[in-house]
Amino acid sequence: MRVFIFPADSLRAAIAACLICLGSVTLAEDWTPLNKDGIHDPRSPAIKQLQEPAAALSKLIPDTAGNMVRWVQALEKGEINPRASIRPDTKIRVYDSDVLLNLKGGMPIVRFPHRQHTLWLDCVNCHDHLFKAETGATKFSMLKILEGEQCGVCHGAVSFPLTECFRCHSVARPGQAPKPSLPIAIPAGAVPPK
Amino acid sequence: MRHLVSGWLVALALIGLCVPQAVAEYADVVLNRRAEKEGVRPVIFPHWFHRIRFRCKVCHAELGFKMRVGSNDFKMADIVEGRFCGACHNGDIAWAPDRCDLCHSGKRGLPTGIFGGHETGGPGRW
Repeated sequence: MRVFIFPADSLRAAIAACLICLGSVTLAEDWTPLNKDGIHDPRSPAIKQLQEPAAALSKLIPDTAGNMVRWVQALEKGEINPRASIRPDTKIRVYDSDVLLNLKGGMPIVRFPHRQHTLWLDCVNCHDHLFKAETGATKFSMLKILEGEQCGVCHGAVSFPLTECFRCHSVARPGQAPKPSLPIAIPAGAVPPK
Repeated sequence: MRHLVSGWLVALALIGLCVPQAVAEYADVVLNRRAEKEGVRPVIFPHWFHRIRFRCKVCHAELGFKMRVGSNDFKMADIVEGRFCGACHNGDIAWAPDRCDLCHSGKRGLPTGIFGGHETGGPGRW
C-alpha cells in the first residue's frame, strides 16, 4: 500500500497559491453587486434602481476592512457631508475629549476619542446605558465586546470590525513596540475577565 | 514540479472552501419580522447608503431606532404617519412609502439580522 505523505514543498506552494488567489479575489470583490450579494432578490425591480455599493464606496478613502471605507476620514475630509439632524430643534453635540482605557492590561492602551464618535453619534447613544459617564466607573471586557455588548454594539456590526485590534489599542506602553504583532496565541487555561 | 502541481490543486480546493459565494455589504440589515407574512419581500436596510447622507445620531437618537437588530417593533402604518423610516421616506427627503419594492427587495426566507461578514457575536445574534 502506498502511503501519501504531504510534502513540505507542496504545502508551501499551496499556501503561496492560496494567498495569491485570495488576494486577487479580495481585490476584485471589494463590493459585491446587489444582485449577487445573497440578500437582495435578483428578480426584484429595485435592483436596477438602487445605488450599487461600488458606485458610492469606491470614491471614498479606502480601508482594508468593513465597508472598505475610512468613514471618519471621509467625513473629516468632506468627501461626504451627512446631515447631523433632521429636526430644527435638535441640539447637535460634539464633545472633544480623549479617554485612556485598559491601563493595566497587556495590550497597548486604548485611546477612546470622543470627538470622532460624537461627529457621528449623540451622547445618549452610549451614556449611561452602555457606559457610565464617569471615567473608570465602567468595567470593560473584550469578551463582552466580542459578544456584541459595550463597544461591540457597533464595532463588529456597523463600524470598523474587531479584527482591527490596534485601531483602538493604539497607545504603546513604556518599552512596548509602537505596533506590536497580533497576539495569536492564547495561553492554555486562560480565564476570560468577568 | 509534481509538488507544485499538487500544491495548486490543494490551493484550489481550499479556496473553494473558503471563498464565500455571496457577501452582503458590511452592516446590511434584513428586516423580516412581518414582511413575508404580509406577502411582501423582506426589507434590506443598507447602513452604508444611509451613512453617506445621515449621521448615526439622526436615526438612533432623533428618530429613536434602537441599535439591536429586530428590536424596533413598528409597522407600515407608523412609517406612513411619519415615524421611524417615515421621518424621511415621505416623498420629500426620500422616496415615499408607496414605493414598496425599493425597500422590500430582499430574498424570501431570510431571517431578520445584520449581514455582511466581520461580525462576531454582534447585535444581529441577539
